[in-house]
Amino acid sequence: MSLVARHLEANGIPTVIIGSALDVVEHCGVPRFLFTDFPLGNPCGLPWDRAMQKAIVRQALGLLESAGGPRTTVKAPFRWKEDDPGWRARYGRVDPAERARLLALGEERRRQRGTKK
Amino acid sequence: MTELGEPVRYIDRTRHYYRALGYAKDYVWARHDDVPFARLHKPLAASRIALITTASPADFKGTRQVWSGQMTPPPAKLFTTNLAWDKESTHTDDRESFLPIEAASALAAEGVFAGLTGRFHGVPTEYSQRKTTEEDAPQVLQRLRDDGADAAILCPL
Repeated sequence: MSLVARHLEANGIPTVIIGSALDVVEHCGVPRFLFTDFPLGNPCGLPWDRAMQKAIVRQALGLLESAGGPRTTVKAPFRWKEDDPGWRARYGRVDPAERARLLALGEERRRQRGTKK
Repeated sequence: MTELGEPVRYIDRTRHYYRALGYAKDYVWARHDDVPFARLHKPLAASRIALITTASPADFKGTRQVWSGQMTPPPAKLFTTNLAWDKESTHTDDRESFLPIEAASALAAEGVFAGLTGRFHGVPTEYSQRKTTEEDAPQVLQRLRDDGADAAILCPL
């Protein structure tokens, strides 16, 4: 998506990304980025929290006008659910006890890709 | 380990995960030193805004391509199962949490911006950066021009 933003900007259309993968987006380099520090999947606010979602979109719109130059990143003033403090460690974790299962999963994926070709 | 409160380092996390799956080569994430920057041509209050998602249509059949949907009425659900998001920590049952059509419409009604374009657009997340840059991004640009968009909000899951 960052590559799409870059293409639109290079052709004169201002963009703002609302996203939760800070390192991926900043690594690529984009014009305007509203960082929402949530698990991947709900960049625009917690599910069903209409007030938060509206506030996030309002902030993103503001960045369209206020950003003074490229690589403008702003962090939205919201946090993930207080009753789920362990979310950061969860995504894509590699549990040592799971190594054999993950390796088998990878083998299966490669086999499927091979048979599709 | 991730320190409490620090943003998750997804590039490192993904690298470790795919090594555990037995892949020999690490994915090379896009990186650019130069970043293009366009300014609004008119005040935000007079600008027409497009929304772009990485989700697929609800009736997704497996063909990954740029697609478009009507903002009105907004879709109840979109297909997201094929995307990499934190399926243990959250869900995508609330489309507004990743494609906020109703939130944006409410802000347009308040006069924050002139209005949404008639359509939103979907861009597949591709392993191939070449496909995104050379095929998909130009298609999105054309669709935004056809829709009269002055700016776009992009919401990757």
